[in-house]
Amino acid sequence: MSGPLSLWPEQASGYGGEIDLFVIAFTVLIAALSAPVFVVIVLFAAKYRRGRPADREHPQDRNVWLEVSWSIIPFFALIGFFVWSTDLFARLYHPPKDALEIDVVARQWMWKFQHPEGQSEINELHVPTGEPVKLVMASQDVIHSLYIPALRLKQDVVPGRYTVLWFNADKPGTYRLACAEFCGTDHSVMGGSFVVQTPAEYARWLQQSTVDRSLAAQGGALFRGRGCSGCHGPASTVKAPPLEGLFGKPVALEGGATIIADEQYIRDSILLPQKQVAAGYPAIMPTFENVLSEEDVLKIVAYIKSLGPGDLTQ
Amino acid sequence: MTALQERPEQADRHDRGLSETDTERQSYLRAGHSLGSWFFTRDHKRIAILYLFAITAFFMIGGAAAALMRLDLLTSAGDLLTNEGYNRAFTIHGVIMVWFFLIPSIPNTFGNFLVPLMIGARDLAFPRLNLLSWYIFVLAGGFTLFVLIAGGVDTGWTFYTPLSSMFSHGNVVLAAVAVFIAGFSSILTGLNFIVTVHKLRCPGMTWDRLPLFVWAIYATSLILVLATPVLSITLVLIAAERLFGLGIFDPKLGGDPLLYQHLFWFYSHPAVYIMVLPALGVVSELVAAAARKPVFGYKFVAGSSIAIAVIGFFVWGHHMFVAGQSMYASAVFSFLSLAVAVPSGIKVYNWAATLYKGHISLDPPFLYGMTFIGLFVVGGLTGLMLAMLAVDVHVHDTYFVVAHFHYIMVGGTVSAFFGALHYWWPKIVGRTYPLVWGRLAAIFIFLGFNLTFFPQFLLGYLGMPRRYHVYAPEFQMLHVLSSAGASLLGLAYLMPLVYLTWSMRYGAPAGDNPWDATGLEWTTPSPPPKHNFDEIPVVDRPPYDYEIEMEGEDG
Repeated sequence: MSGPLSLWPEQASGYGGEIDLFVIAFTVLIAALSAPVFVVIVLFAAKYRRGRPADREHPQDRNVWLEVSWSIIPFFALIGFFVWSTDLFARLYHPPKDALEIDVVARQWMWKFQHPEGQSEINELHVPTGEPVKLVMASQDVIHSLYIPALRLKQDVVPGRYTVLWFNADKPGTYRLACAEFCGTDHSVMGGSFVVQTPAEYARWLQQSTVDRSLAAQGGALFRGRGCSGCHGPASTVKAPPLEGLFGKPVALEGGATIIADEQYIRDSILLPQKQVAAGYPAIMPTFENVLSEEDVLKIVAYIKSLGPGDLTQ
Repeated sequence: MTALQERPEQADRHDRGLSETDTERQSYLRAGHSLGSWFFTRDHKRIAILYLFAITAFFMIGGAAAALMRLDLLTSAGDLLTNEGYNRAFTIHGVIMVWFFLIPSIPNTFGNFLVPLMIGARDLAFPRLNLLSWYIFVLAGGFTLFVLIAGGVDTGWTFYTPLSSMFSHGNVVLAAVAVFIAGFSSILTGLNFIVTVHKLRCPGMTWDRLPLFVWAIYATSLILVLATPVLSITLVLIAAERLFGLGIFDPKLGGDPLLYQHLFWFYSHPAVYIMVLPALGVVSELVAAAARKPVFGYKFVAGSSIAIAVIGFFVWGHHMFVAGQSMYASAVFSFLSLAVAVPSGIKVYNWAATLYKGHISLDPPFLYGMTFIGLFVVGGLTGLMLAMLAVDVHVHDTYFVVAHFHYIMVGGTVSAFFGALHYWWPKIVGRTYPLVWGRLAAIFIFLGFNLTFFPQFLLGYLGMPRRYHVYAPEFQMLHVLSSAGASLLGLAYLMPLVYLTWSMRYGAPAGDNPWDATGLEWTTPSPPPKHNFDEIPVVDRPPYDYEIEMEGEDG
């Protein structure tokens, strides 16, 4: 890691190993497809060099079967690899339901990570081994991209929407994390460490950097402090949609569409309330676009996710 | 080299080729000596020379920016350039090399010079438009230089929003204006070639007798005309958002940043084929001439140019696998990207088959052709690696991508550009250059290129992001290798400048057909007269009609 020369990146997950295996197998395929070309060119250049005696009788200048076979056979081989790689890729879109959720906020030029227990850290991400971790990522300004080479993973972080990256790290250690999408002046120093710890170490780390309130609780404070509870609270006289048990449920929208209430929907409802109005409710919610930071929105999202049926009425 | 006798006083040893031959006296090069005869010329050959000067200048400016970056990357700290300075260096490198060197390189110089000669015409269909497109190009280039002097721009050549539209401090609008203007030059040139190929072919020059270079230029022109307007509109939208706060790409204004990426790559992926298709056409010519044999599978090679141009319009989403587009869109784009490999593979296999039982010469044009094939194959196959979704998630936006597209654009296109220069130089200036130096330069380019860019594949897989000038210490050794290779490559690129310039005065007269090749351009004197053909030729035979041996024969 520390020497001036290394040739193969470290691996911190089983998925990383699968990517490496794929890359090695694919390299063998492309070597097999290209080596004959190189060999044949050198061979012909030597054998049929101008002025050199050789058998040049009846050279052909077309052969449809040859054309078809050298088009089709490599293509079928490629399709096999296409299926393999698409299968690996599709897994990235299906994070396990029970994954540990960590919020990520990117801005020029730093990374902020918020753990569900309320701990937050900058340019350092601590995660436990043996447990799937799901990162929900937002950008405050331009497009960034969270890149963790040891996991063979990256995902762009796009302003205006949440993107997700999940993984299951299994090898404790300290690895690099970086911003991979060019984001302005200090792009090349927008990096940090990705620290994988055993569950016990992670628990200890959480305790050391303890804070008094969990992320959801901090969100609850904002919910009351910013006046959300004035309309969405139990005592309200304003007709606002109930939020208990909302997360993950389908919501009927004005105009007949239905949407699943995921993180993106809740975020949009706070920042762009006119975008999707719940059916049967007046479109009177004001935007919180310039009031709440991305971190605050993520905290409120965490709070709303934590609300079970009847939580607000107690 | 049979035309020595043309020299008026060949016995005079002090003459050393300085004096003009009869052919030269009647050539396009001597048809008017005033500046006006060059700057207001409508001769496609002179316009080609004007382009050659312009793009050589831009190649050097872009190369200087690259040299600055490679020097800075020798150490893992950012000690030569500031963060901002490095960002400006790679932006100017990208903008200049893409729009002011690579895109116009082969079409506007060799396409201009050769298309009329190859199809038996006296000029392009619209000679004035041709000159206008050079002036537009130079105007755009002037804007770019102004951006440089005004302090540069720091968005990368990709101008991703909302960084470019709302956050960058550089001269984004000016740079966009430069590229916007250059786009008109591209469109006019493409239009001119399309009409020329349709309308000005000489009698007997049917579509299945067109040289493969003309097929490639034709396919390229289709892309130029169809894709460039999309880029122009996109740049206008950036300027509108930046200047007037119109919400198109910035989500804070209600826009969508990914919309920009879709529009940009809808142009810029086909633009890759604008850069590489003419190169593929050049190499088909070089291989046939070197082997002195008909190109194997002519129809497949010609058709594959069109296939690449068409499929190239449907793969743009492979630049966005980790940008947040839908998983299903990514899968479709991945599959279509593999489909482009088929026509590209057809070309490479056909070239190899063309060499079979040929009379292969190891002169510089062939060596450049082989350099192209070697580097293009590596670039193309690593492109397949990048089209594989799961691999792209890891190596996207790393040096792996940087290495891949430099293998295609520099290893491929620039090698083919030098191949074309060495093959048609005797036709363009009427003199030959020292072959030994040509061979040496080709070999140095091959070695220097690989030393520069192969380590970058390793860097990318190790996880070195692109556009970083401060990097982790374990990457340093590979960066030092890469910078060493870049020095060799830079010197190798300068070599032809010296001996080709030398040859214009001191080289031996080339004669009409120094390579003993087929093709109408070789039936004209070297250099050709202003109107190319005294009489419009009539074609009565297939292309690449080299004599083939029907019985065993030695030699």
